[in-house]
Amino acid sequence: MNAALLIIFGTIIVSTLVGLYAGRRVKMNLENWTVGGRRFGIMLIWLLMAGEIYTTFTFLGASGWAYSKGAPTYYILIYGALAYTLSFFILPELWRLGKRYGLQTQPDFFMKIYGSRFLSVLVAIIGILSILPYLQLQLTGLGFIVEAASNGAVSSRLAIGISFLLTCAFVYTSGIRGSAWVSVIKDVMMITAVGIVGIGVPRIYFGGIGKMFKTLIGLKPGHLIFPGAAPQMDVLWVMSTVLLTGLGFYMWPHVFGSAFSAKSAKIIKRNAIIMPFYQIPILLVCMVGFTAFLVLPGLKNGDTAFLAIVQKAYPSWFLGFVGAAGAVTAMVPASILVLFASALLVKNVYQTGFNPSAGEGQVMRLSRAMVLVITTAALALALFFPNALVNLLLIGYDGVAQFFPGVVLGLFWKRVSGTGVVCGLAAGISLASFLVFGGHDPFLGLNAGFVALVVNAVLVIAVSLLSRPGKTL
Amino acid sequence: MRKGTRLALLFGAVPFLTLVFALPLVNRIKPVIFGFPFVLFWILLWVALTPLFLFLAYKIEKKFNPPDDEEKP
Repeated sequence: MNAALLIIFGTIIVSTLVGLYAGRRVKMNLENWTVGGRRFGIMLIWLLMAGEIYTTFTFLGASGWAYSKGAPTYYILIYGALAYTLSFFILPELWRLGKRYGLQTQPDFFMKIYGSRFLSVLVAIIGILSILPYLQLQLTGLGFIVEAASNGAVSSRLAIGISFLLTCAFVYTSGIRGSAWVSVIKDVMMITAVGIVGIGVPRIYFGGIGKMFKTLIGLKPGHLIFPGAAPQMDVLWVMSTVLLTGLGFYMWPHVFGSAFSAKSAKIIKRNAIIMPFYQIPILLVCMVGFTAFLVLPGLKNGDTAFLAIVQKAYPSWFLGFVGAAGAVTAMVPASILVLFASALLVKNVYQTGFNPSAGEGQVMRLSRAMVLVITTAALALALFFPNALVNLLLIGYDGVAQFFPGVVLGLFWKRVSGTGVVCGLAAGISLASFLVFGGHDPFLGLNAGFVALVVNAVLVIAVSLLSRPGKTL
Repeated sequence: MRKGTRLALLFGAVPFLTLVFALPLVNRIKPVIFGFPFVLFWILLWVALTPLFLFLAYKIEKKFNPPDDEEKP
């Protein structure tokens, strides 16, 4: 029996069992399923948020960018720190509101603040459309990692199929609690793998990180400062991109929703303080990409750099361990994404938009059924429309970041109106799509989503000042 | 805005100043510090200091804002 395969499937199965076990003894109602009954302490909140943030993108994308683009990959190190700083000021207020009015999702929040079913449904639909590519990214990444780590013994399709059926099962039974607990396995494995490879690979080939950089500086210094090997990603692009992604980070419906799981506002603040430590593994992942740039030049797809160098430098069982870590690293975020996409679709599109008289039990049952539907849809996307990993993520970010003015002004500015938010959101989304899909990203050197966000914010403020506060249209 | 929040926001502004607006000034290789190109060293330094500034923000909010600001679980 192949050791790598054993490790990969063992991990997937143990994770599933932990996920299923997490929900036993909890009487499952909608509040327990989506926000863990608002009882998570600092450990679970930290695990949950780390579970959402550390995706397959950490393994493949960050090292892939270091490999093929160079310095622009630094943006990944920066935006997390900005996002956690913002969360310190924004999330406690959001949590209080959630506690007082029993909010569970992002559209719930828009409904409460602006009293508009139209806006709430709009937010839910944009949220779902942004989640789907992100979910697909996890599936594609998982298939890719397992196939490579098993040396082709397990096809990508088979890996995706099995692990997502199992993910589906623990989301169905345990809800958000399952994701938080599986996150323990994921974090331990991911940090171990990244720690060993990130420190080991530069040492094996160059004798250490410092010497690796010395070689790289001697050979191609331009790779290590902006814009690296991507002329369109100069300093201005990096600045606008970290602002967009930093502001957009907590606007992802699932990350936004996880704030409601906390036990108190204080927990959220303390969590914001310790979150930046999670950037260390990303740094190590970048080191792997830079080392691969020197050791394995000429890879067609930069996203393969991480696995290619592990394959070259380590025995196959360790490659299996990395593959297993990669698989759970896809399963955890995927479980949270599926859960929130289902909750948004049923609670905020169906119930709010079409059937306000639906009872809680019915919403809960339908949400669970929807888990299966959404997993299938994402599976179809992953198998038939695979795309470059990072680009997908950036399009999603452009979309959800447009919620920022509506959320922050809604929390802190009495004068803001729903009409203003609808106008801003519509303009922001349209402009971002136009620029990105029309090939105008970056626009004048700036991240297109950022340009759209500025237009959005100006519109929200201007229209709010011209209309009656609170109400919509 | 309460005094504690105002002061805390000053600390919160630090990562934005150093990690966004200072970037054009630090985009160079030299001096190499601890083996890292300068721009990467700069980014790591301020990312690593972010928890410290948030901790200070937390302390100062606690000191100046009335205690009822922190609700019970």
